[in-house]
Amino acid sequence: MIWKEILIRYGELSTKGRNKMDFIRRLRENIRHAFADLGHLHIRTERDRMFIAIQDETQMDVLLKGLPKIFGIQSFSPVAACEKDIEAMKKLAITIMDTFKNEQLTFKVEVKRTDKTFPLESHAIQREIGGYVLPQYQNLSVKVKKPDIELRVEVRHDATYMMAQVIAGAGGMPVGSNGKSLLMLSGGIDSPVAGYLMMKRGVRLEAIHFFSPPYTSQNSLEKVKVLANELTKFGASIRLHVIPFTEIQVLIKEKVPSNVSMTTTRRMMLKVADKVREEIDALAIVTGESLGQVASQTLESLTAINAVTNTPILRPLISSDKLEIIDIAEKIGTYETSIQPFEDCCTIFTPASPKTKPKLEKVEHYESFSDFDELIERAVKNREVYIFPKKEQEADKFADLL
Amino acid sequence: MGVNTIYLDNSATTKPLKEVMQAFMVVNEQYYGNPASIHAMGVESNELLMRAREQVADILHTEAKNVLFTSGGTESNNTAIFGLARSNTHKGNHILTTEIEHPSVLESVKQLELEGFDVEYLQVDKNGVISLEELRAKVRKDTILVSMLHVNNEMGAIQPIFEAAKIIHESSRAAFHVDAVQSFGKLPISFTDDEGPDCISISGHKIHGFKGTGVLAFRKKMKWQPYALGGGQEFGLRSGTVAVPQAVALSKAARIAVETMNDRAKKYRQWNEEICTQLRRYGDVVHILSTPQGAAHILSFSIRDLKGEIIINALQKRDVIVSTSSACSSKQTKTSHVVEALNLDEHFKKGVIRLSFGAYVTDEDIVKFKQVLDEVLMELKGEL
Repeated sequence: MIWKEILIRYGELSTKGRNKMDFIRRLRENIRHAFADLGHLHIRTERDRMFIAIQDETQMDVLLKGLPKIFGIQSFSPVAACEKDIEAMKKLAITIMDTFKNEQLTFKVEVKRTDKTFPLESHAIQREIGGYVLPQYQNLSVKVKKPDIELRVEVRHDATYMMAQVIAGAGGMPVGSNGKSLLMLSGGIDSPVAGYLMMKRGVRLEAIHFFSPPYTSQNSLEKVKVLANELTKFGASIRLHVIPFTEIQVLIKEKVPSNVSMTTTRRMMLKVADKVREEIDALAIVTGESLGQVASQTLESLTAINAVTNTPILRPLISSDKLEIIDIAEKIGTYETSIQPFEDCCTIFTPASPKTKPKLEKVEHYESFSDFDELIERAVKNREVYIFPKKEQEADKFADLL
Repeated sequence: MGVNTIYLDNSATTKPLKEVMQAFMVVNEQYYGNPASIHAMGVESNELLMRAREQVADILHTEAKNVLFTSGGTESNNTAIFGLARSNTHKGNHILTTEIEHPSVLESVKQLELEGFDVEYLQVDKNGVISLEELRAKVRKDTILVSMLHVNNEMGAIQPIFEAAKIIHESSRAAFHVDAVQSFGKLPISFTDDEGPDCISISGHKIHGFKGTGVLAFRKKMKWQPYALGGGQEFGLRSGTVAVPQAVALSKAARIAVETMNDRAKKYRQWNEEICTQLRRYGDVVHILSTPQGAAHILSFSIRDLKGEIIINALQKRDVIVSTSSACSSKQTKTSHVVEALNLDEHFKKGVIRLSFGAYVTDEDIVKFKQVLDEVLMELKGEL
């Protein structure tokens, strides 16, 4: 196997100084988390870069596939190694350059010779390797300043290291570096995208889902679990709080006029979410709301719903249109899951003509005849919590000790 | 001492964390194979040892092969100073340190002085801090080692080690050793690419780990002599069967210390300020040695013309444990070299008391301590 390590360059470091260490540690932990299935990774960190040691090809494949999803990584490069022998080095250079044989590209070789005992000097190595590689690829032309590909060769004491690819990372900040929020995860297209956008800004998420059996099915719950698990691919674990919501929904249906029942339902959901948020020490609530999409997402509706709490409600999609949201959902791999057609808590009991401009006083008036608070307390207390990613506990037998 | 004891001597030593003790037990019971053995049990122990080492390396931003497990701060300091000085005589023989180092550093450089090394001491101001100008003036082409403590154990002064590192590296080839025993887990301290310390000492029992555990870590591979010869353990630099449970315990204590650092620092700062405010009410009867720029977990003060021991005894009668300036020198009758270096007024030299906070100290403890402190001071100084 030619691969020795992956070099990672950090993303946006808007938090500098003391926080830099936190940033790096957080990124490292997130990487460990995202690749928990690979067993213990050997990761070495420096101030401006990080190295993951590669054990075998399978591991390399998994890392190459997964790393572009992890926030906080600007770019990364697979690093290959061979013995310090000019013939072996030429061979390795060819193996690496084979990756680029299908495009017209400019190219140069950059040599660093840390091991001064190596018989050839940097320039000689550069000539040897460049002269060997160039004639073999018709698509390559030499360019010294800003070439498309820079084949970097480093002759160190233990071996020769080479890299050419610079793969773009997801950018953003490591999840967890910007506090924790509670994501209202319905199972639709929007909420996973909203969660993803907040994670990109370094926000750690927990998720809350309202489950109304027998009106909503186990399938719909499974779908939400899959979505929560998908979101962990971006480098963090997620706890999903599943709220038994049937009692509350039934009471709303019985006691609140149907044209405002949707507003009340949302208000009750937000109340429940706020209680859970408080218990888990999260600072804000994230929703997938986008202005004007449905009746509950008019400014008047949002105002009436929002009136139950002072907690910041983050709505990263508020100005996005549906196609933009779908684009992101497809890119992050949640779309296929989201469009599976199961009833969820928002679609059952949908009134025929919900008010798009509900009046807060009226909604409050209708709600005042029923005691929702006790039901809310009970729903919060009886919630079930699932942790994602589900990983084998045996994967790291030493974790508890360290 | 009873369960109600308020323990404010955490710079002398700390109570180990439960999870650290638990890990220590499990490693002793389940992974007792010799990590140098080639059988499965040895391999497993070695794997665990490597993990512990990697964790410490990660925290300090270096590579695992540059992390050495030792028996504590004194061994780490001794090893660094003797190893780095004696292996670099071809570059020169000038050593720089400060006058307020821990004895494990001062005694080591004194020994080197007897061997012919040229040792110079940097002075500190009344806040216990060195002058960077003096450092710049004293670093020479033939300086081979600078050793500086990060946080002073007696009064909490913080040395500007990152600025110092820059000066040292700009004008010499000297290795820069930082004794971080009192700062690790309290302040950010780690290696940087090129401008930070070259070598760092850490002690386990100051961070709620065990006595007899420590680390000496290097930024990069450095040339130095081993002093314990034998089977070639610890990269040949410290032979002897490696104490895997101790290494794991230290690694765990270090991780927790760093993870909880910010939250604790906030608390310590608040307590420190509250107690200072209380002390300031006594006017010029009390002199506070610590400064707001110093480390938050240490607060030292002195009462005019009152011996430290008397205050300690009076507090102890009320279940409060504090110490005189440092545990290491508390049994000596002469004034500590740190207090001497601060140029303190004669009236205050004998009465230096040090409070030091730790993870087990609670808000309630501090409330009660403040009460007791008033009682004791009133009693001892009459109406003050």
